[in-house]
Amino acid sequence: MIFAIAVFAPLFGSLISGLFGRWLGDRGAMGVSLLFMVIAAAAGIFTGGQILTGLVPASTVSIGDWLHVGSFQANWELRYDSLAAVMVVMVTVVSTLIHLYSVGYMHGDRSVPRFFAYLSLFTFAMLMLVTANDLLQLFFGWEGVGLVSYLLIGFWYDKPSANAAAIKAFIMNRVGDLGFALGIALVFFLFGSIQLDTIFADAPLHNAATYRLFGTNMHAYDVIGVLLFIGAMGKSAQIGLHTWLADAMEGPTPVSALIHAATMVTAGVFLMARMSPLLEYAPFALTVVTIIGGTTALFAATIGCAQTDIKRVIAYSTCSQLGYMFVAIGVGAYQASMFHLICHACFKALLFLTAGSVIHAMSGEQDMRKMGGLARRIPYTYVMMWIGSLAIAGIPVLSGFYSKDAILDAAYFGRGGGYGFICGELATFLTAFYSWRLIFLTFHGPSHVAPEVEHHVHESPLVMTGPLAVLALGAIFAGMTLRYSFIGGGQGLFWAGSISDIHHPNLLTQIEHTPLFIELLPSLLGLLGILTAFVMYIAMPGLPARMAQMFGPIYRLFLNKWYFDELYDAVFVRPYHAVARVLWHVGDEGIIDGIPRGGAALVRGSSGGVVRLQTGSLAGYAFVMLIGLVVLITVFLIFR
Amino acid sequence: MNQAGFPLLSLLTFLPLVGCLVILTVRGDEATVASNARWAALWTSLIVFVLSLVLWFEFDRGQAGFQFTERLSWLPTYGIDYRMGIDGISVLFVLITTALTPIAILSSWTAKVRVREYMLAFLFMETTMIGLFCSLDFVMFFIFFEAVLIPMFLIIGVWGGEKRLYAAIKFFLYMFTGSMVMLLGILALWFHAGTTSIPVLLQTPLSRDMQFWLFLAFLAAFAVKIPIWPVHTWLIDAHREAPIAGSVLLAGVLANMGGYGFLRFSVPMLPNAAEYFAPLMFALGVIAIIYTSVVALVQRDMLKLVAYSSVGHMAIAVVGIFTFTVQGIEGSLFRMLSHGFITAALFLCVGVLMDRTRSQSMDGFGGVVHRMPFFALLFMIFAMGTVGLPGTAGFIGEILVIVGALKVNFWVAFLTAITLIISAVYTLVWYRRIIFGALVRPDLKALVDLNGREMAMLIPLVALTLWMGLYPSSFSVFFDATVGAMAQQHVAAIAGTTHLAAALPMAGVIR
Repeated sequence: MIFAIAVFAPLFGSLISGLFGRWLGDRGAMGVSLLFMVIAAAAGIFTGGQILTGLVPASTVSIGDWLHVGSFQANWELRYDSLAAVMVVMVTVVSTLIHLYSVGYMHGDRSVPRFFAYLSLFTFAMLMLVTANDLLQLFFGWEGVGLVSYLLIGFWYDKPSANAAAIKAFIMNRVGDLGFALGIALVFFLFGSIQLDTIFADAPLHNAATYRLFGTNMHAYDVIGVLLFIGAMGKSAQIGLHTWLADAMEGPTPVSALIHAATMVTAGVFLMARMSPLLEYAPFALTVVTIIGGTTALFAATIGCAQTDIKRVIAYSTCSQLGYMFVAIGVGAYQASMFHLICHACFKALLFLTAGSVIHAMSGEQDMRKMGGLARRIPYTYVMMWIGSLAIAGIPVLSGFYSKDAILDAAYFGRGGGYGFICGELATFLTAFYSWRLIFLTFHGPSHVAPEVEHHVHESPLVMTGPLAVLALGAIFAGMTLRYSFIGGGQGLFWAGSISDIHHPNLLTQIEHTPLFIELLPSLLGLLGILTAFVMYIAMPGLPARMAQMFGPIYRLFLNKWYFDELYDAVFVRPYHAVARVLWHVGDEGIIDGIPRGGAALVRGSSGGVVRLQTGSLAGYAFVMLIGLVVLITVFLIFR
Repeated sequence: MNQAGFPLLSLLTFLPLVGCLVILTVRGDEATVASNARWAALWTSLIVFVLSLVLWFEFDRGQAGFQFTERLSWLPTYGIDYRMGIDGISVLFVLITTALTPIAILSSWTAKVRVREYMLAFLFMETTMIGLFCSLDFVMFFIFFEAVLIPMFLIIGVWGGEKRLYAAIKFFLYMFTGSMVMLLGILALWFHAGTTSIPVLLQTPLSRDMQFWLFLAFLAAFAVKIPIWPVHTWLIDAHREAPIAGSVLLAGVLANMGGYGFLRFSVPMLPNAAEYFAPLMFALGVIAIIYTSVVALVQRDMLKLVAYSSVGHMAIAVVGIFTFTVQGIEGSLFRMLSHGFITAALFLCVGVLMDRTRSQSMDGFGGVVHRMPFFALLFMIFAMGTVGLPGTAGFIGEILVIVGALKVNFWVAFLTAITLIISAVYTLVWYRRIIFGALVRPDLKALVDLNGREMAMLIPLVALTLWMGLYPSSFSVFFDATVGAMAQQHVAAIAGTTHLAAALPMAGVIR
């Protein structure tokens, strides 16, 4: 019951501030949605604490029927196990902090109630996603977060770029959802059910099943795994379906922090962890996951090194970190992936909100080339940026150190993890590099701030800095405090069967005994990255420009995001429009309408008289048609 | 007698004609006549709607067969009777008809020309539509099937746009050609069985050859009605020229007649032919889904855009029907019903904009949300319905058809599921052009948000969209039993004949 409050309180907050915002006013709408979020977070922490400490066994909360067609049955039900509880606690807490931050950040915006309604609605959809007890409800939350993400990216709907980004996000996600929907259908085909419990219980039974595709009999579980992963790739912005994430930065910064860093984009990782009892039987699918994840981790990091928009750097960083999580999934270390998911939620939300604080201070400027020397003007924000960056770079004792190490160690030991390991290690270096590049460009060096912005530069109000402090605590301590439960000795009790690792049972104990060199390598690479950034942007500030010139093609490749947008534009967008026009003008108007028109032309000679019948008289037409009807019936009776 | 205790279906069918009589008796100057005709039509349709709710509450949901049956001797020598009755497949079509008619009448409230005749046309049309879904005799079905053309032809041809005559005649010719072919089929069936009673025909086994030709004959009529690619172009012109109320009924009810025809006749009466032609239907279906959704993107005329999307949506229903699975058929019923009110609602939304701007082209639109935020919200809900977002009615049919199709063939499911992407493309691009962006055009600055009448039209449809999306079980209970029996019968019929076919060579040897 209390668990249901955690899920539904944001919905009520959203409806009240959305429908009655006009009468509540900005402050009222903020207050209402914040109040409901606090209730949700309290309920989430309370029930989450109960289940994660083992006080109550896993169970489900039934809300009602949804869809019952034959054995295709989906109910409105909340699944209440460790995996769900972890996500509920994270989502409600981070969302509450971001609601609070938004009170300051969105102050004075034209449509504050709408913003808070969306933010709360998003939280509700995300909670439905993580508590789903069947694949269809998961899909409901999945598409729900997609919708609200679309609405929030396009929140400032006067901006054409924001509208374009919103549509792009929705459609790219839908490409992934195509895979997800087919995955659901195939699961149903195989299991005769889409209930998670049935699927997990029957997973060993259908292991031998094959599905015929592309002329060969494929292992059915692998097909399902790949289809579901295509869905996850869309939501979690993996290579190929990643282009929407950077553009999504058009939305307000709290949105980027909540949706495009901490919660929604991790839904794909969550889906994979949720389906672990099935994926354990799908080795090929897991290999695909590792390869895509590793590639994304490295690929996105290279782009992050060349971007100049502060939010886009962090967006590509998110993309890259999600890649790490998929590497962990792929080698069967689902727990490590969830561990990184939670730590990442803390430090990435922190980084985004700090960036928001910088943008707030800079009166909306996001280009790092127009910043510089801000450290003394906004010292608090500066410190927060350091904490977040140290955490993401995997510097010891901060959270990223534990979680990223766990992933890389698992990749080192795990079957087929070599590629993920190499990509991950290289990306570690780049991560530290672009993080400190960001810090140095923004906070150090000579100021490039425009004069009219210069005298406005100010530290953010308490309502914004407060949440930063909480997230900073998370970024520092989440790793060391949660490690034991998530991946250490306590993991069996902690996850309580909500994650299955039957085919990788010893992986987590193995990584406890990683060789020292492998253990320290990420941190060393991180430090090297920081040093490189220092040399390039502080010690020898002329170096980046010279290097960009020397390695022109590579630099341009990174700067232009490997030309994915251009490629898609040329291969999909423009041909799509061209085909549409051809089908319309040639297909419909030319051929399909042409045949009857030709027939009409043939009889036109004899039908000159008919024109005179077109008198426009209503009664005349009706009469003629009635006659026609009578003739029909007569014909029928004659030929009986 | 039936469970209502009185001939409910006949009453529902012919009550609108009583309304017609009332309207015909109205006397006075033009304004009085118009006003009285409107109110009389609205009240008639509302009474019919309230009466039809008896079906919602009294329909026995566990029973697969026909209910509320009525039978009167009509032409006994020819085996033709007046038979009425509904089963799980038709009951909700009756309800959606009675629900949409008052909305259509409300949406034509601002019509100025020949209001009395306009209202007469709508009420007459309601009679034919309800009659069609209730008929249990093929000849009656055919009469209603044809009679519905008369009011619709007039609605397009008299109250339509600039090229209304072209559109009306095109509409009529397409329909009429299809019906003529079907008439031959009906005649053949009648020669064979000696009766046109649908319950009897459903039990009459037909040879494979006969099924083959009958299927093609029925296909001609139903394919045009739905419409299936490539006989869909009449619909585009009809929607562009028809008044909004006409489009509402055209999309909401007339399109469903085709799908209903497949489910009532083609699939249960001609199981072997249906099985044989299923690949053709899949091909036509997925071509239509992709083709029309792609073409919809480049339309500048909002009415044509919605018309193209309508063809694509109905094609999903066609795919669902010919999977012969419970999920596929129920999905296609959900698809048809949800298409009925969501597409109708989109036409109404376009109508709201056309009323204010006198323009159906989206050129120069933009920023409507600044002036009409509530309209933007409702429009968004319908847009998401047409995109098939979970939680809206549109999703239920789509996912069920995909699930059903995957049981048959992966690629049919895949190509059907592409609608997830491409319906989002044209809908979101359209929504952005109209609703978002800066408010540029000077005349748009004077826009006012929805008035009471428009809310009365749209809010029930929003409620339906969300209700069917969030609690579809309350609808599927009506057709679960019927569809379950239908799918079973189909499997049995196919198994019976393949068994027979397998036995045939053996029989030849023995002989």
